[in-house]
Amino acid sequence: MELLAVFLSVLVRGVGIGSTYALLAVGFVIIYRATDVVNFAQPALMILGAYFTALYVHNAGVPFPLAVLAAMGTMALIGALTERVALRPMVGEPPFSAAMVTVGVFFALFILSFRLIGSNPISTGEPWGFERIIVGDLQFRQVDIARTLISLGAIGLTGLFLQRSKVGLAMRATAMDQETSLAQGVNVGRMFGLSWAISGALAALAGVMISAGSGGTVPLDAFIALKALPVIILGGLDSIKGSVVAGLIIGVAEATALSFNSTLTPTVGENVYLVVPYLIMMLALMVRPYGLYGTPEVQRV
Amino acid sequence: MTGPRGGTASPKAVRATLRGRPALYTDYAADQAIWNTPSKRFWTILLVAAVLVTPFLPFVTRSHQADLTLVFVLAIGGIGLNLLTGYAGQVSLGHAFFVGVGALTASVLGGMPTQNVVGFELDLLIWLPVSGLVAMALGLLVAPLAARVRGLYLAILTLGLVFIGEHLFKELRSLSGGQGVGRRGPDPEILGFGLFHPQEILGVQLDRETPWYLFTFLLLFVMAVLGRNLARSRWGRAFAAVRDRDIAAEVMGVPLLRTKVLAFGVSSFYAGVAGGLLAVSFGQVTPENFGGLGGLLLSVEFLAIVLIGGVATMSGSIIGAAFVVLMPRLVEMFAPSLPLIGDGALLSVQQLEGVLFGVLIVLFLILEPRGLFGLWLRIRNYWKAWPFSY
Repeated sequence: MELLAVFLSVLVRGVGIGSTYALLAVGFVIIYRATDVVNFAQPALMILGAYFTALYVHNAGVPFPLAVLAAMGTMALIGALTERVALRPMVGEPPFSAAMVTVGVFFALFILSFRLIGSNPISTGEPWGFERIIVGDLQFRQVDIARTLISLGAIGLTGLFLQRSKVGLAMRATAMDQETSLAQGVNVGRMFGLSWAISGALAALAGVMISAGSGGTVPLDAFIALKALPVIILGGLDSIKGSVVAGLIIGVAEATALSFNSTLTPTVGENVYLVVPYLIMMLALMVRPYGLYGTPEVQRV
Repeated sequence: MTGPRGGTASPKAVRATLRGRPALYTDYAADQAIWNTPSKRFWTILLVAAVLVTPFLPFVTRSHQADLTLVFVLAIGGIGLNLLTGYAGQVSLGHAFFVGVGALTASVLGGMPTQNVVGFELDLLIWLPVSGLVAMALGLLVAPLAARVRGLYLAILTLGLVFIGEHLFKELRSLSGGQGVGRRGPDPEILGFGLFHPQEILGVQLDRETPWYLFTFLLLFVMAVLGRNLARSRWGRAFAAVRDRDIAAEVMGVPLLRTKVLAFGVSSFYAGVAGGLLAVSFGQVTPENFGGLGGLLLSVEFLAIVLIGGVATMSGSIIGAAFVVLMPRLVEMFAPSLPLIGDGALLSVQQLEGVLFGVLIVLFLILEPRGLFGLWLRIRNYWKAWPFSY
């Protein structure tokens, strides 16, 4: 029973953080599918999302759920704007140069977030805090349940949008072949902007989820978003399903390593849970070079 | 070598033909020479002369010399990454890991032992090559895995190295000094001659920084020439073939795995040497310099050196390193006179530096993908054809 309790609490915690990673990863994947670019600016978009939520809650007095939606809207706008200004001129350039441009954008936006947030941690006014749910002998943190439901819900809605709506179809067509979809009357440039907007909105939501239950957010928390990089590689750069599966795997593995941290310390060193995601990613790449669900690149000679 | 009438031309006749036509190559060796144009020869000599004179100019302070030394050291690392990323097309975000391995090896072999850390106080002639070789060994170890994946998968895989490196650097406490503490770097000595001490040579009094400045430049010169030599060799052509189309290269008989592994090995060797030199220049080596976020930033700086300087050019790596080191200095110099910049104003000086760094990367990639080297090419071509536009 004792072991089962530990197992369940680790599982809930891991699934909670893992689905947040999945949410971030989906943001990466959507942009990658549309433009073949890994968006290294995602961490900055995430932290700005948390900032705008806090701004709307504390300065404008908007209720928390509405503030989150408004922040998602704001970040969608900033995302689309970034694409138009910095990324659109890179169409046709090697994907790596474009990825480097996003690194430049990251620096600019990240410094902006430092400037906006300042040195005091901000709170998004989220309702979960350190509350717990008690089921019999078991205790779960509310924030983990909330993270799981909200993140997976948002990913589900995004997937539904891509699968069922006309615009989603156009986006998938653009991802498959830009020239052909252009010939079919799809406004490819607008699809690029839209994928950045969706990605910015998801990043904002992820920022709120990361900040929830932590007591406060500082600009350096942006780097938590880097955890999504092993997730997208493990899942496959172009697969939303892969992001979810890999996000959960890495979240649970990390939570497990964290809860056994004191047992593991003598053998493999302190805080080994920080490198567990990267180790899993490397092991997986040895077996599957395109991740679990990634599409192998077909090359003609 | 045939003359205009079909007969073999005398060397004197060839020289006469060449006069005023420096771009005319009469044989393959001249085309492939390390200094294959007179202007390259001219600029190299000018650069060497300028570097040798600089420390003795009256307005050059010791901190200027330290900055230029940093340029030389980062340029060595940048050349390493350029061989891997620019020539062989394998994008790596893990360069800082190999630099860190070099720095750690140098500190252990060349540094002083204390209560907490081991140190052997060896000669630079031993620890510098060994720090390159240790980094190279790790590079060769990672390479077979890295050769399996491509493009952005590779970039993120190598990013993992930086985080795993942080863990290792922190945990190997008897070598690195542990988290947040670190250890002192080595004190460079060649056969008893201190390279980081005030010296007197031929009656000229040198600052503490000057011998080290001259030594790192000598090393940069040698390693740049070696790098260019590798790039024009059979293996260098194999690198370029793999970068441009790996399947086509394989079909033509370029061994893909061996080429990529070699590129990783050579690049890590350069990184290790640069790391060993950095350990001296920094004075203090901490795990945070080379692992985790610090390492990621260092890796990004190296990529910026390659991209801003010029992809697949040796001189580009040097220009890029100069840019990355000296740009913040210029900003610091001019920032006080700019409006809206300062502690209480819109941006602080550090924030301005960060924003400028990001914005410049974006601008360069958008406006001149060939980097600073490309700007130079434009200027040169303009004057070459002057007064015609092309």
